[in-house]
Amino acid sequence: MSPKDNFVLPDLPENPSRRGFFKSGATAVTLTLAPGITVMAFGGTPASAAGADAGKRWGLLIDVNKCAKDCTACVTACKDENGWEGHGDPEQNSQWIRKVTMRNKSTGHETQMPVMCQHCEEPPCVDVCPTGASFKRVDGIVLVDKHTCIGCRYCMMACPFKARSFVHEPVNNQKPHAPRGQGTVESCTLCVHRVDEGRIPACVEACDTAGHGAMIFGDLNDPTSDISKALASYPSVALRPDLDLNPGVRYANL
Amino acid sequence: MLGLIAVAAWSVLYVEHNGHAVTGMNNQIVWGLPHVFAIILIVAASGALNVASIASVFDRKAYKPLSRLSGILAIALLVGGLLVLVLDLGRPDRLLVAMTTFNFSSIFTWNILLYTGFMGIVGMYLWVQMDRSVHPKFVKPVGVLAFVWRLILTTGTGSIFGWLVARPGYDAAVMAPMFIALSFSLGLAVFLIVLIALYRLDERKIGDEIIARLTHLLGIFIAAAMYFAVLQHVTNLYAAEHSGIERFILREGGIFTTLFWWGQIALGGLLPLALIFGKHPSNASSRAIVASILVILGAFAQLYVIIIGGQAYPMEMFPGYEITSSFYDGAIASYSPSFFELSLGVGGVAVAILATGIAAKVLRILPTNLADKKT
Repeated sequence: MSPKDNFVLPDLPENPSRRGFFKSGATAVTLTLAPGITVMAFGGTPASAAGADAGKRWGLLIDVNKCAKDCTACVTACKDENGWEGHGDPEQNSQWIRKVTMRNKSTGHETQMPVMCQHCEEPPCVDVCPTGASFKRVDGIVLVDKHTCIGCRYCMMACPFKARSFVHEPVNNQKPHAPRGQGTVESCTLCVHRVDEGRIPACVEACDTAGHGAMIFGDLNDPTSDISKALASYPSVALRPDLDLNPGVRYANL
Repeated sequence: MLGLIAVAAWSVLYVEHNGHAVTGMNNQIVWGLPHVFAIILIVAASGALNVASIASVFDRKAYKPLSRLSGILAIALLVGGLLVLVLDLGRPDRLLVAMTTFNFSSIFTWNILLYTGFMGIVGMYLWVQMDRSVHPKFVKPVGVLAFVWRLILTTGTGSIFGWLVARPGYDAAVMAPMFIALSFSLGLAVFLIVLIALYRLDERKIGDEIIARLTHLLGIFIAAAMYFAVLQHVTNLYAAEHSGIERFILREGGIFTTLFWWGQIALGGLLPLALIFGKHPSNASSRAIVASILVILGAFAQLYVIIIGGQAYPMEMFPGYEITSSFYDGAIASYSPSFFELSLGVGGVAVAILATGIAAKVLRILPTNLADKKT
């Protein structure tokens, strides 16, 4: 098991003690020195990485029939949660999640659905990353370590889902739980900071709040979870199944 | 040359300060003009070693006096190419991370080792040739090692694209041999220009016979490179699933279609072949130089079509369907390179030329007289 296997995004402990912080080396801490300047320490033991449980495989099931046309609640929620709203050239702005419209060439029938990092079991982005900055946690969440990403963009060339964005411009006032960096690559984290707290991703919550309930988040390894039950009861597909990447994100009624 | 390098250095600092937002690259065209320059230099570097390989691996004595220039040029071109590649990183300040943290499933990681190894081996190759205290029997084994290494190195460069399953323009095993064939023609073209230029600048004598032999060899390499390019497209055309990308490159791709037919095929292939194998009264050096320039232009067009064109054509996330989104899914991507990208690329070429020039001046890499025996 590599040190990365127990990686969790920085999070303040409930009762931070100076001694405990230095002693364990296990706690993940974020210190905001000034707006835009963030110092981070990453944890390293199974105890601190309670969120990254090797027994779990986090996934999403998106019911395309329930995804309302022109509703972008999931996209807005992700922007607000992770702070990736771009202010520059739309061709250069990051998009962690976007609504894709799919049109059947012969019938003209249109379908819409959100597309984000598919959190593959065999992620091509992780294979091609020269420094190992692209990595997969033991619970299946695929992330970018912003400290070792050199900005080569090979992962963007390799991802079949166009899930990754390069930060083209200087970034300020980032969310402490979702650090971004000019010159590095970023993508959907499956709201790992919320997942590690036992909450659901912002997009799923927003879809529920909007009354659509098109997204189910849960543990694919737990047969009693809502997502596993839904997957067992009606047909679903992975995007680009021909590539055999076994993504954690699945689509129903596509 | 120093001026071009200074402009490139300023461009790098400007881009690093303001972010890649000031370049023409975006989330669709993630690798741009700097990568075309970097890869053309890296491919040329491995090919520039051809002449030394012919001399010491295949025992052609006539080429022995040219071996040293061949090695120097190979290292200089590789340094120029790597500089461009590294300075275009989002975080070039983290080069040390790339040199110390390896992920061995990444071809980039292999390439880091192959490139540094290449410089080491070619350096050793030059040393065994130039140090008179080293017995000449060592030249051949080191030469063989360098030759094998350079074949693996170019395989690695081609596989950067060949192993990308996501994009229809890549994902082809033929990329590796195609890049090797291209390196043979491109590397020899660069070598011929540098050789003739150095002799003319120094007013030394070089015979028509050796130039004519090298130019004839260039013709064979051009034909080999064209063979693999034709193979790539004909193979794709046979499979219906690849018809989209082929229609884009060969017929409807605008600048990419123009660059393919006029740049890669006509200017870079057919015209130099006609020039080399046709009957002309022109002298050997002029013919070699014109053919070599055409080969370099053709290689540039070919790499532009592969690198930029391969990204401009959208990924087929839902094969058989039309897709649209605010993230340019399903759309042909546009790319207008900025001055910064161009100057960085040109800076890499300038570094390679300057390094070769200095080496030629300081080291004894070329014989003072290469005139034909009869003259």
